[in-house]
Amino acid sequence: MGILVKNISKSYGKLTALSNISLDVKPSELYGLIGPDGAGKTTLFRILTTLMIADKGQATVAGYDVLKEYKSIRKSVGYMPGRFSLYQDLTVEENLNFFATIFGTTIEENYDLIKDIYVQIEPFKNRRAGKLSGGMKQKLALSCALIHKPKVLFLDEPTTGVDPVSRKEFWEMLKRLQQKGITILVSTPYMDEAALCDRIALIQGGKILEIDTPKAIVGHFPKPLYNIYATNMYGLITSMSHYEHTYSVFPFGEFVHYTDKREAMDVEEIKAYLVQQGLTNINIEATQPTIEDTFMELAK
Amino acid sequence: MIQKHNVIEVENLSKLFGDFAAVNQISFQVKAGEIFGFLGANGAGKTTAMKMLIGISSPTSGKATVAGFDVYREAESIKKNIGYMSQKFALYDDLTVKENITFFGGIYGLSKKQIEQKRCELVEELGLQEVTNSLVASLPLGWKQKLAFSVSLLHEPKIVFLDEPTGGVDPITRRQFWELIYKAAHNGTTIFVTTHYMDEAEYCDRVSIMVNGKIEALDTPKKLKEQYKTNTMNDVFLKLARG
Repeated sequence: MGILVKNISKSYGKLTALSNISLDVKPSELYGLIGPDGAGKTTLFRILTTLMIADKGQATVAGYDVLKEYKSIRKSVGYMPGRFSLYQDLTVEENLNFFATIFGTTIEENYDLIKDIYVQIEPFKNRRAGKLSGGMKQKLALSCALIHKPKVLFLDEPTTGVDPVSRKEFWEMLKRLQQKGITILVSTPYMDEAALCDRIALIQGGKILEIDTPKAIVGHFPKPLYNIYATNMYGLITSMSHYEHTYSVFPFGEFVHYTDKREAMDVEEIKAYLVQQGLTNINIEATQPTIEDTFMELAK
Repeated sequence: MIQKHNVIEVENLSKLFGDFAAVNQISFQVKAGEIFGFLGANGAGKTTAMKMLIGISSPTSGKATVAGFDVYREAESIKKNIGYMSQKFALYDDLTVKENITFFGGIYGLSKKQIEQKRCELVEELGLQEVTNSLVASLPLGWKQKLAFSVSLLHEPKIVFLDEPTGGVDPITRRQFWELIYKAAHNGTTIFVTTHYMDEAEYCDRVSIMVNGKIEALDTPKKLKEQYKTNTMNDVFLKLARG
Protein backbone atom coordinates (compact mmCIF):
# COMPACT_ATOMS: atom_id res chain seq x y z
CA MET A 1 0.00 0.00 0.00
CA GLY A 2 2.97 2.25 -0.40
CA ILE A 3 4.32 3.61 -3.66
CA LEU A 4 5.87 1.68 -6.52
CA VAL A 5 7.68 3.47 -9.34
CA LYS A 6 9.11 1.47 -12.23
CA ASN A 7 11.22 2.93 -15.06
CA ILE A 8 9.38 6.25 -15.19
CA SER A 9 10.59 8.81 -17.76
CA LYS A 10 9.22 12.24 -18.60
CA SER A 11 10.43 14.93 -21.00
CA TYR A 12 9.24 18.45 -21.73
CA GLY A 13 10.23 19.00 -25.33
CA LYS A 14 14.03 18.61 -25.41
CA LEU A 15 14.38 18.74 -21.63
CA THR A 16 14.48 15.38 -19.86
CA ALA A 17 12.88 15.88 -16.45
CA LEU A 18 12.97 12.24 -15.33
CA SER A 19 15.12 9.53 -16.82
CA ASN A 20 14.18 5.92 -16.04
CA ILE A 21 13.37 6.37 -12.36
CA SER A 22 12.52 3.38 -10.15
CA LEU A 23 11.83 3.31 -6.44
CA ASP A 24 9.53 1.72 -3.90
CA VAL A 25 8.17 3.27 -0.74
CA LYS A 26 6.97 0.78 1.87
CA PRO A 27 3.72 1.25 3.79
CA SER A 28 4.10 3.80 6.62
CA GLU A 29 7.63 4.59 5.55
CA LEU A 30 8.97 8.16 5.75
CA TYR A 31 10.81 8.42 2.44
CA GLY A 32 12.85 11.41 1.33
CA LEU A 33 13.47 12.62 -2.20
CA ILE A 34 16.62 14.67 -1.80
CA GLY A 35 17.92 16.95 -4.52
CA PRO A 36 18.26 20.56 -5.71
CA ASP A 37 15.91 22.64 -7.85
CA GLY A 38 15.54 21.15 -11.30
CA ALA A 39 16.28 17.58 -10.15
CA GLY A 40 12.83 16.36 -11.25
CA LYS A 41 11.22 16.04 -7.82
CA THR A 42 8.07 18.00 -8.65
CA THR A 43 7.58 16.13 -11.94
CA LEU A 44 7.63 12.83 -10.05
CA PHE A 45 5.12 14.17 -7.51
CA ARG A 46 2.79 15.31 -10.28
CA ILE A 47 2.94 11.91 -11.97
CA LEU A 48 2.24 10.06 -8.71
CA THR A 49 -0.65 12.35 -7.77
CA THR A 50 -2.13 11.73 -11.28
CA LEU A 51 -1.84 15.36 -12.37
CA MET A 52 0.52 14.43 -15.20
CA ILE A 53 1.12 11.36 -17.33
CA ALA A 54 4.59 9.83 -17.67
CA ASP A 55 6.06 9.21 -21.15
CA LYS A 56 7.21 5.73 -20.11
CA GLY A 57 7.07 3.38 -17.15
CA GLN A 58 4.53 2.32 -14.54
CA ALA A 59 3.60 3.47 -11.07
CA THR A 60 1.15 2.51 -8.36
CA VAL A 61 0.15 4.50 -5.29
CA ALA A 62 -1.63 2.79 -2.38
CA GLY A 63 -2.02 -0.21 -4.69
CA TYR A 64 -3.75 1.73 -7.48
CA ASP A 65 -2.36 2.26 -10.98
CA VAL A 66 -1.66 5.93 -11.77
CA LEU A 67 -3.29 5.62 -15.21
CA LYS A 68 -6.19 3.20 -14.84
CA GLU A 69 -7.19 3.95 -11.28
CA TYR A 70 -6.43 7.63 -11.00
CA LYS A 71 -9.78 8.37 -9.37
CA SER A 72 -9.08 5.97 -6.51
CA ILE A 73 -5.64 7.51 -6.05
CA ARG A 74 -7.09 11.00 -5.79
CA LYS A 75 -9.34 9.82 -2.93
CA SER A 76 -6.46 8.10 -1.12
CA VAL A 77 -3.68 10.64 -1.17
CA GLY A 78 -2.94 14.03 0.34
CA TYR A 79 -0.76 16.40 -1.68
CA MET A 80 0.95 19.53 -0.45
CA PRO A 81 2.49 21.22 -3.51
CA GLY A 82 5.62 23.33 -3.27
CA ARG A 83 3.79 26.53 -4.03
CA PHE A 84 1.17 27.66 -1.49
CA SER A 85 -2.05 26.73 -3.21
CA LEU A 86 -4.88 27.28 -0.77
CA TYR A 87 -7.54 29.92 -1.31
CA GLN A 88 -5.96 33.15 -0.09
CA ASP A 89 -9.28 34.95 0.31
CA LEU A 90 -10.92 32.22 2.35
CA THR A 91 -10.26 32.09 6.09
CA VAL A 92 -8.27 29.33 7.75
CA GLU A 93 -11.45 27.54 8.83
CA GLU A 94 -13.18 28.03 5.45
CA ASN A 95 -10.21 26.47 3.64
CA LEU A 96 -10.22 23.45 5.90
CA ASN A 97 -13.99 23.07 5.61
CA PHE A 98 -13.75 23.35 1.84
CA PHE A 99 -11.22 20.53 1.52
CA ALA A 100 -13.15 18.33 3.97
CA THR A 101 -16.37 18.83 1.99
CA ILE A 102 -14.73 18.10 -1.37
CA PHE A 103 -13.61 14.73 -0.01
CA GLY A 104 -17.04 14.06 1.48
CA THR A 105 -16.01 14.31 5.09
CA THR A 106 -16.11 16.82 7.94
CA ILE A 107 -13.50 18.48 10.12
CA GLU A 108 -15.00 16.76 13.19
CA GLU A 109 -14.71 13.28 11.68
CA ASN A 110 -10.94 13.40 11.25
CA TYR A 111 -10.05 16.08 13.77
CA ASP A 112 -7.85 13.60 15.65
CA LEU A 113 -5.41 13.38 12.79
CA ILE A 114 -4.85 17.11 12.39
CA LYS A 115 -5.34 18.17 16.02
CA ASP A 116 -1.61 18.51 16.88
CA ILE A 117 -1.07 20.77 13.89
CA TYR A 118 -4.36 22.59 13.72
CA VAL A 119 -4.41 23.76 17.37
CA GLN A 120 -1.39 25.90 16.55
CA ILE A 121 -3.35 27.88 13.95
CA GLU A 122 -6.82 27.60 15.48
CA PRO A 123 -6.49 30.96 17.28
CA PHE A 124 -6.33 32.50 13.78
CA LYS A 125 -9.17 30.47 12.26
CA ASN A 126 -11.03 33.61 11.13
CA ARG A 127 -7.98 35.10 9.42
CA ARG A 128 -7.74 34.94 5.64
CA ALA A 129 -5.12 32.42 4.46
CA GLY A 130 -3.34 35.11 2.41
CA LYS A 131 -2.62 37.07 5.61
CA LEU A 132 -0.89 34.20 7.44
CA SER A 133 2.87 34.03 8.08
CA GLY A 134 4.93 31.44 6.17
CA GLY A 135 4.99 28.97 9.04
CA MET A 136 1.24 29.21 9.59
CA LYS A 137 0.47 28.78 5.89
CA GLN A 138 2.54 25.63 5.92
CA LYS A 139 0.58 24.23 8.89
CA LEU A 140 -2.75 25.05 7.26
CA ALA A 141 -1.68 23.44 3.98
CA LEU A 142 -0.67 20.28 5.85
CA SER A 143 -4.00 20.24 7.73
CA CYS A 144 -5.89 20.54 4.43
CA ALA A 145 -3.82 17.74 2.88
CA LEU A 146 -4.67 15.47 5.85
CA ILE A 147 -8.32 16.24 6.49
CA HIS A 148 -9.63 13.26 4.45
CA LYS A 149 -7.31 10.83 6.25
CA PRO A 150 -5.12 9.90 3.26
CA LYS A 151 -3.17 6.63 3.11
CA VAL A 152 -0.26 8.31 1.33
CA LEU A 153 0.94 11.85 1.86
CA PHE A 154 2.98 13.75 -0.76
CA LEU A 155 4.88 16.79 0.46
CA ASP A 156 6.80 18.75 -2.18
CA GLU A 157 9.47 20.87 -0.51
CA PRO A 158 7.35 21.71 2.53
CA THR A 159 10.26 23.40 4.30
CA THR A 160 11.93 25.42 1.53
CA GLY A 161 12.54 28.98 2.71
CA VAL A 162 11.42 28.03 6.22
CA ASP A 163 13.68 28.88 9.18
CA PRO A 164 15.46 26.11 11.13
CA VAL A 165 13.10 26.29 14.13
CA SER A 166 9.92 25.83 12.08
CA ARG A 167 11.67 23.18 9.99
CA LYS A 168 12.45 21.16 13.12
CA GLU A 169 8.85 21.42 14.34
CA PHE A 170 7.58 20.36 10.92
CA TRP A 171 9.68 17.20 10.92
CA GLU A 172 8.48 16.34 14.42
CA MET A 173 4.91 16.54 13.03
CA LEU A 174 5.84 14.21 10.15
CA LYS A 175 7.24 11.63 12.56
CA ARG A 176 3.96 11.65 14.49
CA LEU A 177 1.92 11.22 11.29
CA GLN A 178 4.12 8.32 10.28
CA GLN A 179 3.38 6.62 13.60
CA LYS A 180 -0.29 6.82 12.73
CA GLY A 181 0.40 4.60 9.72
CA ILE A 182 0.55 7.18 6.93
CA THR A 183 3.06 6.60 4.12
CA ILE A 184 4.97 9.81 3.47
CA LEU A 185 7.01 10.85 0.43
CA VAL A 186 8.68 14.17 1.11
CA SER A 187 11.13 16.16 -1.00
CA THR A 188 13.66 18.67 0.26
CA PRO A 189 16.76 20.51 -0.89
CA TYR A 190 18.06 20.54 2.73
CA MET A 191 20.49 17.66 3.16
CA ASP A 192 20.31 17.81 6.97
CA GLU A 193 16.65 16.79 6.76
CA ALA A 194 17.59 13.65 4.84
CA ALA A 195 18.98 12.13 8.04
CA LEU A 196 15.45 12.19 9.53
CA CYS A 197 13.98 9.87 6.86
CA ASP A 198 13.81 6.06 6.99
CA ARG A 199 15.20 5.86 3.47
CA ILE A 200 16.20 8.44 0.91
CA ALA A 201 16.67 8.70 -2.83
CA LEU A 202 19.32 11.21 -3.91
CA ILE A 203 18.20 12.73 -7.19
CA GLN A 204 19.84 15.17 -9.60
CA GLY A 205 19.21 16.06 -13.22
CA GLY A 206 16.31 13.59 -13.51
CA LYS A 207 18.41 10.61 -12.41
CA ILE A 208 18.57 8.75 -9.13
CA LEU A 209 22.10 8.81 -7.78
CA GLU A 210 21.50 6.38 -4.93
CA ILE A 211 18.79 4.88 -2.70
CA ASP A 212 19.40 3.63 0.83
CA THR A 213 19.04 4.47 4.52
CA PRO A 214 20.77 7.74 5.46
CA LYS A 215 23.27 5.81 7.55
CA ALA A 216 24.20 3.43 4.72
CA ILE A 217 24.51 6.26 2.22
CA VAL A 218 26.99 8.06 4.43
CA GLY A 219 28.87 4.77 4.81
CA HIS A 220 29.38 4.61 1.03
CA PHE A 221 31.59 7.71 0.98
CA PRO A 222 34.66 6.42 -0.85
CA LYS A 223 37.59 8.26 0.76
CA PRO A 224 38.89 9.36 4.15
CA LEU A 225 37.56 12.86 4.81
CA TYR A 226 39.39 15.63 6.65
CA ASN A 227 38.42 18.90 8.27
CA ILE A 228 40.97 21.61 7.56
CA TYR A 229 40.91 24.88 9.45
CA ALA A 230 42.93 28.06 8.94
CA THR A 231 42.32 31.68 9.89
CA ASN A 232 41.73 32.94 6.37
CA MET A 233 38.96 30.89 4.71
CA TYR A 234 39.33 32.41 1.25
CA GLY A 235 43.08 31.84 1.31
CA LEU A 236 42.55 28.28 2.50
CA ILE A 237 40.10 27.39 -0.29
CA THR A 238 42.25 29.00 -2.96
CA SER A 239 45.41 27.28 -1.73
CA MET A 240 43.80 23.85 -1.41
CA SER A 241 42.18 24.12 -4.85
CA HIS A 242 45.66 24.53 -6.34
CA TYR A 243 47.31 21.80 -4.26
CA GLU A 244 48.64 18.99 -6.44
CA HIS A 245 47.19 16.10 -4.38
CA THR A 246 43.69 17.52 -3.92
CA TYR A 247 40.83 15.23 -4.93
CA SER A 248 38.04 17.45 -3.58
CA VAL A 249 37.84 20.56 -1.44
CA PHE A 250 34.60 22.21 -0.30
CA PRO A 251 33.82 24.85 2.33
CA PHE A 252 31.85 23.19 5.12
CA GLY A 253 30.84 25.41 8.01
CA GLU A 254 33.96 26.73 9.73
CA PHE A 255 36.17 24.13 7.98
CA VAL A 256 36.89 22.93 4.50
CA HIS A 257 36.20 19.26 3.81
CA TYR A 258 39.14 17.73 2.00
CA THR A 259 39.92 14.44 0.30
CA ASP A 260 43.29 13.46 -1.09
CA LYS A 261 44.11 11.69 -4.36
CA ARG A 262 46.72 9.49 -2.75
CA GLU A 263 46.24 6.19 -0.91
CA ALA A 264 47.81 7.60 2.24
CA MET A 265 47.71 11.32 2.70
CA ASP A 266 50.46 13.20 4.46
CA VAL A 267 49.03 15.62 7.05
CA GLU A 268 52.39 17.20 7.83
CA GLU A 269 53.10 17.86 4.17
CA ILE A 270 49.76 19.65 3.74
CA LYS A 271 50.43 21.73 6.87
CA ALA A 272 53.84 22.72 5.52
CA TYR A 273 52.26 23.64 2.18
CA LEU A 274 49.64 25.83 3.86
CA VAL A 275 52.26 27.57 6.03
CA GLN A 276 54.24 28.28 2.89
CA GLN A 277 51.04 29.78 1.40
CA GLY A 278 50.97 32.24 4.32
CA LEU A 279 48.13 30.66 6.31
CA THR A 280 48.02 30.54 10.10
CA ASN A 281 46.28 28.56 12.88
CA ILE A 282 46.22 25.50 10.67
CA ASN A 283 44.48 22.39 11.96
CA ILE A 284 43.81 19.15 10.11
CA GLU A 285 41.81 16.23 11.49
CA ALA A 286 39.76 13.29 10.24
CA THR A 287 35.99 13.76 10.21
CA GLN A 288 32.83 11.79 9.38
CA PRO A 289 31.18 12.40 6.02
CA THR A 290 27.60 13.72 5.92
CA ILE A 291 24.86 13.09 3.38
CA GLU A 292 25.81 16.36 1.74
CA ASP A 293 29.41 15.14 1.24
CA THR A 294 28.10 11.94 -0.31
CA PHE A 295 25.68 13.84 -2.54
CA MET A 296 28.47 16.09 -3.82
CA GLU A 297 30.73 13.10 -4.48
CA LEU A 298 27.99 11.29 -6.42
CA ALA A 299 26.95 14.41 -8.33
CA LYS A 300 30.49 15.22 -9.47
CA MET B 1 46.33 45.88 11.75
CA ILE B 2 44.56 49.04 10.74
CA GLN B 3 41.06 49.35 12.20
CA LYS B 4 38.68 49.19 9.26
CA HIS B 5 35.93 51.78 9.08
CA ASN B 6 32.23 51.05 9.44
CA VAL B 7 30.18 50.97 6.24
CA ILE B 8 26.88 50.32 8.01
CA GLU B 9 25.98 52.02 11.29
CA VAL B 10 22.61 51.37 12.87
CA GLU B 11 21.42 52.84 16.16
CA ASN B 12 18.06 52.11 17.82
CA LEU B 13 16.43 51.63 14.45
CA SER B 14 12.69 50.83 14.60
CA LYS B 15 9.84 50.28 12.20
CA LEU B 16 6.25 50.19 13.41
CA PHE B 17 3.22 48.97 11.49
CA GLY B 18 0.32 50.36 13.53
CA ASP B 19 1.33 49.41 17.06
CA PHE B 20 3.30 46.34 15.95
CA ALA B 21 7.07 46.82 16.13
CA ALA B 22 8.39 44.76 13.18
CA VAL B 23 11.87 46.09 13.97
CA ASN B 24 12.38 47.11 17.57
CA GLN B 25 15.38 49.36 18.38
CA ILE B 26 18.15 47.40 16.69
CA SER B 27 21.75 48.60 16.81
CA PHE B 28 24.85 47.23 15.08
CA GLN B 29 27.83 48.17 12.89
CA VAL B 30 29.34 46.40 9.88
CA LYS B 31 32.97 46.98 8.87
CA ALA B 32 34.36 47.35 5.35
CA GLY B 33 35.11 43.97 3.77
CA GLU B 34 33.21 42.07 6.42
CA ILE B 35 30.84 39.14 5.67
CA PHE B 36 27.91 39.88 7.95
CA GLY B 37 25.22 37.21 8.40
CA PHE B 38 21.77 38.53 9.21
CA LEU B 39 19.75 35.62 10.58
CA GLY B 40 16.35 35.13 12.15
CA ALA B 41 13.19 33.04 12.01
CA ASN B 42 10.49 33.78 9.39
CA GLY B 43 8.66 36.88 10.59
CA ALA B 44 11.46 38.02 12.93
CA GLY B 45 11.85 41.31 11.05
CA LYS B 46 14.85 40.66 8.79
CA THR B 47 13.22 41.75 5.56
CA THR B 48 11.77 44.91 7.13
CA ALA B 49 15.20 45.82 8.52
CA MET B 50 16.90 45.13 5.21
CA LYS B 51 14.38 47.27 3.30
CA MET B 52 15.24 50.24 5.52
CA LEU B 53 18.97 49.71 4.95
CA ILE B 54 18.67 49.60 1.16
CA GLY B 55 16.63 52.80 1.11
CA ILE B 56 13.22 51.51 0.03
CA SER B 57 11.42 51.82 3.38
CA SER B 58 11.59 54.74 5.78
CA PRO B 59 12.26 53.95 9.46
CA THR B 60 9.82 55.03 12.19
CA SER B 61 12.66 56.08 14.49
CA GLY B 62 16.36 55.64 15.14
CA LYS B 63 19.46 56.33 13.06
CA ALA B 64 21.18 54.48 10.25
CA THR B 65 23.83 55.22 7.65
CA VAL B 66 24.81 52.91 4.79
CA ALA B 67 28.01 53.59 2.81
CA GLY B 68 28.11 56.94 4.61
CA PHE B 69 24.59 58.01 3.52
CA ASP B 70 21.64 58.65 5.79
CA VAL B 71 18.67 56.30 5.30
CA TYR B 72 16.13 59.13 5.78
CA ARG B 73 17.62 61.87 3.62
CA GLU B 74 19.94 60.12 1.18
CA ALA B 75 18.09 56.96 0.14
CA GLU B 76 18.84 57.60 -3.57
CA SER B 77 22.59 57.80 -2.91
CA ILE B 78 22.38 54.55 -0.96
CA LYS B 79 20.77 52.78 -3.91
CA LYS B 80 23.61 53.90 -6.20
CA ASN B 81 26.27 52.67 -3.81
CA ILE B 82 24.98 49.22 -2.99
CA GLY B 83 24.31 46.01 -4.85
CA TYR B 84 21.27 43.84 -4.15
CA MET B 85 20.14 40.39 -5.09
CA SER B 86 17.43 38.15 -3.71
CA GLN B 87 16.23 34.64 -4.39
CA LYS B 88 12.92 36.01 -5.62
CA PHE B 89 14.12 38.72 -7.97
CA ALA B 90 17.50 38.93 -9.55
CA LEU B 91 17.54 38.95 -13.36
CA TYR B 92 15.04 39.21 -16.21
CA ASP B 93 14.21 35.71 -17.43
CA ASP B 94 13.17 36.90 -20.88
CA LEU B 95 16.38 38.78 -21.60
CA THR B 96 19.61 37.03 -22.59
CA VAL B 97 22.69 36.89 -20.35
CA LYS B 98 24.28 39.68 -22.41
CA GLU B 99 21.12 41.83 -22.37
CA ASN B 100 20.78 41.50 -18.60
CA ILE B 101 24.37 42.65 -18.08
CA THR B 102 23.89 45.59 -20.47
CA PHE B 103 20.58 46.52 -18.83
CA PHE B 104 21.85 46.50 -15.26
CA GLY B 105 25.12 48.18 -16.25
CA GLY B 106 23.03 50.95 -17.82
CA ILE B 107 20.78 51.26 -14.75
CA TYR B 108 23.87 51.73 -12.59
CA GLY B 109 25.18 54.44 -14.94
CA LEU B 110 28.15 52.62 -16.45
CA SER B 111 29.42 53.79 -19.86
CA LYS B 112 29.13 51.53 -22.92
CA LYS B 113 32.85 50.89 -22.78
CA GLN B 114 32.75 49.97 -19.09
CA ILE B 115 29.80 47.64 -19.66
CA GLU B 116 31.61 45.93 -22.52
CA GLN B 117 34.71 45.42 -20.41
CA LYS B 118 32.77 44.20 -17.36
CA ARG B 119 30.76 41.83 -19.52
CA CYS B 120 33.88 40.20 -20.92
CA GLU B 121 35.41 39.79 -17.47
CA LEU B 122 32.22 38.40 -16.00
CA VAL B 123 31.48 35.93 -18.80
CA GLU B 124 35.08 34.73 -18.64
CA GLU B 125 35.10 34.31 -14.87
CA LEU B 126 31.82 32.40 -14.69
CA GLY B 127 32.54 30.39 -17.84
CA LEU B 128 29.36 31.59 -19.59
CA GLN B 129 30.91 31.96 -23.08
CA GLU B 130 28.56 29.37 -24.59
CA VAL B 131 25.37 30.94 -23.24
CA THR B 132 25.86 34.72 -23.54
CA ASN B 133 23.08 34.88 -26.12
CA SER B 134 20.74 32.45 -24.34
CA LEU B 135 17.73 33.60 -22.37
CA VAL B 136 18.34 33.64 -18.64
CA ALA B 137 15.18 31.50 -18.26
CA SER B 138 17.03 28.60 -19.90
CA LEU B 139 19.91 28.56 -17.38
CA PRO B 140 20.04 26.20 -14.37
CA LEU B 141 19.14 27.95 -11.10
CA GLY B 142 22.69 27.78 -9.78
CA TRP B 143 24.10 29.57 -12.85
CA LYS B 144 21.41 32.22 -12.60
CA GLN B 145 22.27 32.90 -8.98
CA LYS B 146 26.00 33.18 -9.69
CA LEU B 147 25.28 35.49 -12.62
CA ALA B 148 22.88 37.57 -10.51
CA PHE B 149 25.52 38.00 -7.82
CA SER B 150 28.13 39.11 -10.36
CA VAL B 151 25.62 41.52 -11.93
CA SER B 152 24.94 43.03 -8.49
CA LEU B 153 28.68 43.83 -8.35
CA LEU B 154 28.89 45.46 -11.83
CA HIS B 155 29.08 49.03 -10.50
CA GLU B 156 31.64 48.03 -7.84
CA PRO B 157 29.41 48.84 -4.87
CA LYS B 158 30.88 49.18 -1.39
CA ILE B 159 28.22 46.86 0.02
CA VAL B 160 26.14 44.09 -1.46
CA PHE B 161 22.92 42.88 0.17
CA LEU B 162 22.04 39.24 -0.48
CA ASP B 163 18.60 38.02 0.59
CA GLU B 164 18.61 34.20 0.76
CA PRO B 165 20.81 33.97 -2.33
CA THR B 166 21.25 30.18 -2.24
CA GLY B 167 17.75 28.82 -1.50
CA GLY B 168 17.14 25.56 -3.37
CA VAL B 169 20.55 25.60 -5.10
CA ASP B 170 22.46 22.29 -5.28
CA PRO B 171 25.23 21.77 -2.70
CA ILE B 172 28.15 22.11 -5.10
CA THR B 173 26.87 25.32 -6.70
CA ARG B 174 26.01 26.66 -3.24
CA ARG B 175 29.70 26.33 -2.34
CA GLN B 176 30.88 27.85 -5.62
CA PHE B 177 28.55 30.75 -4.82
CA TRP B 178 30.21 31.20 -1.44
CA GLU B 179 33.62 31.17 -3.09
CA LEU B 180 32.41 34.16 -5.16
CA ILE B 181 31.31 35.84 -1.92
CA TYR B 182 34.70 35.22 -0.28
CA LYS B 183 36.44 36.62 -3.32
CA ALA B 184 34.32 39.79 -3.32
CA ALA B 185 34.94 40.27 0.41
CA HIS B 186 38.65 39.65 -0.14
CA ASN B 187 38.57 42.51 -2.69
CA GLY B 188 37.05 44.81 -0.07
CA THR B 189 33.31 44.54 -0.79
CA THR B 190 31.16 44.31 2.33
CA ILE B 191 28.68 41.41 2.26
CA PHE B 192 25.36 41.58 4.11
CA VAL B 193 23.64 38.21 3.74
CA THR B 194 20.53 36.38 5.00
CA THR B 195 20.22 32.60 4.85
CA HIS B 196 18.34 29.66 6.33
CA TYR B 197 21.31 27.33 5.83
CA MET B 198 23.08 27.27 9.17
CA ASP B 199 26.33 25.93 7.70
CA GLU B 200 26.43 29.18 5.70
CA ALA B 201 26.13 31.12 8.95
CA GLU B 202 29.50 29.56 9.83
CA TYR B 203 31.04 31.14 6.71
CA CYS B 204 30.29 34.65 8.00
CA ASP B 205 32.78 36.79 9.92
CA ARG B 206 30.01 37.85 12.30
CA VAL B 207 26.40 36.85 12.65
CA SER B 208 23.39 38.58 14.17
CA ILE B 209 20.24 36.70 15.12
CA MET B 210 16.93 38.54 15.20
CA VAL B 211 14.05 37.35 17.38
CA ASN B 212 10.69 39.17 17.40
CA GLY B 213 12.09 42.41 15.98
CA LYS B 214 15.17 42.58 18.23
CA ILE B 215 18.76 41.51 17.74
CA GLU B 216 19.22 38.89 20.46
CA ALA B 217 22.78 37.85 19.61
CA LEU B 218 25.67 39.28 17.61
CA ASP B 219 29.19 37.90 17.46
CA THR B 220 31.55 35.66 15.51
CA PRO B 221 30.15 32.14 14.94
CA LYS B 222 32.92 30.77 17.19
CA LYS B 223 32.04 33.03 20.12
CA LEU B 224 28.30 32.44 19.72
CA LYS B 225 28.87 28.70 19.89
CA GLU B 226 30.98 29.14 23.04
CA GLN B 227 28.40 31.46 24.60
CA TYR B 228 25.52 29.05 23.98
CA LYS B 229 27.66 25.96 24.69
CA THR B 230 26.92 24.17 21.44
CA ASN B 231 28.92 22.78 18.52
CA THR B 232 26.91 24.16 15.63
CA MET B 233 25.24 27.41 14.61
CA ASN B 234 22.08 25.38 14.05
CA ASP B 235 21.89 24.68 17.79
CA VAL B 236 22.65 28.32 18.63
CA PHE B 237 19.76 29.31 16.38
CA LEU B 238 17.38 26.74 17.85
CA LYS B 239 18.21 27.82 21.42
CA LEU B 240 17.68 31.49 20.67
CA ALA B 241 14.80 31.52 18.26
CA ARG B 242 12.71 29.03 20.18
CA GLY B 243 12.75 31.50 23.09
